[in-house]
Amino acid sequence: MQILYLSLALFLLLNLGAGMWRVLRGPSAADRMLAAQLFGTTAVGMLLLLAQAYDNNALRDVALVFALLAAVTAVAFVRRTWPEPESKHDTD
Amino acid sequence: MTLTDYLSAVLLFAGAFFFLAGTLGLLRFPDVYTRLHALTKADNVGLGLIVAGLLVQAETWAGAGKLILIWLLVLLAGASVANLIAHGALRRGIRVWKQ
Repeated sequence: MQILYLSLALFLLLNLGAGMWRVLRGPSAADRMLAAQLFGTTAVGMLLLLAQAYDNNALRDVALVFALLAAVTAVAFVRRTWPEPESKHDTD
Repeated sequence: MTLTDYLSAVLLFAGAFFFLAGTLGLLRFPDVYTRLHALTKADNVGLGLIVAGLLVQAETWAGAGKLILIWLLVLLAGASVANLIAHGALRRGIRVWKQ
């Protein structure tokens, strides 16, 4: 089973590498942020698989922290760093 | 391999497939809103199936609970992120893709 866990973790890592293309390409900041969100989720999946493969509980805690931070990152992005056109403030 | 292992392997492969589909969608779809759709599938179903596959193998209740907690956190994050980004993109005047 350990081979299966490790190969699936590697497969998820390859997915993550492919997703990097979207980060480089854009075109908008939101697209890059979406790719970063997918990286977060993929990393959680990989950490859980590695934790199972190596029987290492600490990695599950790392995955938990990743899951917690994913929401915070995106909210910070939308509220703070995503540039907003100044002219349109009538709709909210 | 026992029956549990087979069940776990099937669930894990299904989860990996959803991650692949999510990545492909993120790369291939034409605008933010459709990419959001691809992302949430990978988040919710892909990680859900991987967690389910590992849950079958969990030895203790505490370990199983932690796995479920991680999945619930990612669900919550995914749902709020999808909503925030879609709303933000609409407010910033990003057009919805039409063929």
